Amino acid sequence: MAVYVLRRILLLVPVLIGVSLVSFGLLQLVPGDPALILAGEEASEEVLIRIRQEYGLDRPLPVQFVSYLRHAVVGDLGISIQSRQPVATLLGQRFPFTLKLAFLAILVSATLGVVAGIVAATRRNSPLDIVALLGSLVGISLPIFWLGLLAILVFSVKLRWLPSGGAGTFAHLILPALVLGAASSAVIARTTRASMLEVLRQDYVRTARAKGVSDRLVVYRHALGNAMIPILTVFGLEFGYNLGGAVLTETVFSLPGVGRLIVEGIFARDYPVVQGALLIVATTFVLVNLLTDVAYAYFDPRIHYN
Amino acid sequence: MSGGLVVTLFIALAALAPVLAPYEPLRGQLGERLLPPSVGHWFGTDELGRDVLSRVLYGARISLQIQVAAVGLALVLGTALGVVAGYVGRWPDMLIMRIVDIMMAFPGIFLALAIIAALGTGLGNVILASAIFLVPQFARVIRGSVLTLKEKEFVEAARALGEGDVTIIVRYLLPNSLAPIIVQTSLRMATVLLTASGLSFLGLGVQPPSPEWGAMLSNARAYMITAPHVATVPGLAIMLVVLGFNLLGDGLRDALDPRLRE
Repeated sequence: MAVYVLRRILLLVPVLIGVSLVSFGLLQLVPGDPALILAGEEASEEVLIRIRQEYGLDRPLPVQFVSYLRHAVVGDLGISIQSRQPVATLLGQRFPFTLKLAFLAILVSATLGVVAGIVAATRRNSPLDIVALLGSLVGISLPIFWLGLLAILVFSVKLRWLPSGGAGTFAHLILPALVLGAASSAVIARTTRASMLEVLRQDYVRTARAKGVSDRLVVYRHALGNAMIPILTVFGLEFGYNLGGAVLTETVFSLPGVGRLIVEGIFARDYPVVQGALLIVATTFVLVNLLTDVAYAYFDPRIHYN
Repeated sequence: MSGGLVVTLFIALAALAPVLAPYEPLRGQLGERLLPPSVGHWFGTDELGRDVLSRVLYGARISLQIQVAAVGLALVLGTALGVVAGYVGRWPDMLIMRIVDIMMAFPGIFLALAIIAALGTGLGNVILASAIFLVPQFARVIRGSVLTLKEKEFVEAARALGEGDVTIIVRYLLPNSLAPIIVQTSLRMATVLLTASGLSFLGLGVQPPSPEWGAMLSNARAYMITAPHVATVPGLAIMLVVLGFNLLGDGLRDALDPRLRE
């Protein structure tokens, strides 16, 4: 187990270096002189020379990348072109909000998805099962930005129950978390149903039934534990997709998260901010996947990773 | 096969948009702004007095164009990478799979955002951004399929007969990987529409006045309270088309790969 965890952590290193390479390479892909992009179109020749020296743009690319990495590791992600603040400071203000939103959304989707999946699997081919299957198909087909608009229309404009945007109180987070959780709850429901059906087919479940264990106990005590193992992996993946979906949700509800930050950064051609946001989101996603993989290994002693 | 029906209908509507659309998609009547649905305008009009039905119909052409181009591009790139990784193995496999890992480290729409940030908005870049997002998914599926197939007896027999690598790949491995490729293509047609319309909704994709569905929704936000119909129809269109391709993909999976049927 310890060896497996260590190996997984070592395998992270090339991925994280690759992620930084993508984020670093972004500026090189932009057509035009990076110094001109960073300084703005109307910059004078002296300013350009200063920028080239300050950012080390006059050095060879591999040297620039190593320097970028060295600074990124200690949390120095450069200065925002637009606000002149350190990118790390901006991310520190915005990223916790996105994390909170993605976490609330996964809570919503885990609860909804696992319950719907268990109900569907234990009442296979019943009307409830069909409703759950159809519902989850519609759920993964809904564009979340549209669902968000509809939610605002119904719950904020018509019913006046919840605020339509902005942040501050917990009430501001309810609609965004529900909207963001809807799509991933569909995926979790499908996985739970499939995993549960697979486990319910196993011999040990039949044995439990044969010796007279009640239906409820068979499902919750005997089957659910084993069925949860593959579902864990989906939790990790869906958490990542929630980070991605947060870009759209934060735009619909005007929320001050990192998704909004990256979109504003792209509009303003504020490349250091875009690079920093990409880096922090990808790193978080990679770490969450590592955690779920380790949890998977921990909960399933049948699997040996050597 | 209700999915097939929806998809066929979508393609037919896209193809026949110029015939079916009652009005010009880009020209509005300023005297007829934000009209609710009526006999003259089935889905009402938008903030510039343009007919929403006509715009949604023309929008279907843009969606289909993006979907076919992006999925096609991802299919070609992903298949090439997947075949090389699965068939050659060793260091090319290691290298390709690490690249796939890196691409998949950017969750959801972030990889597409990176491309847009570097190259700018517009139809071509949306296609490229949505395609890159799918390449790792195709590469993984094809690699898996090739890995299982290349150990099979008929491939060994072909090699024993002295067939070259290219022949084995083209004549034996690819035709036998068609089932997962077809299923993936259908499911990815759904994903791509969500990504592309999402980019346009953010203002980072196809730009107004184009009747792209995501861009239409983005415009409609400002008139949500006075004219909710403008925001309803394009979203419904996206949902139905995505649902259609998802249903079709699921149906194809059941039909082509009976082992996966529950």
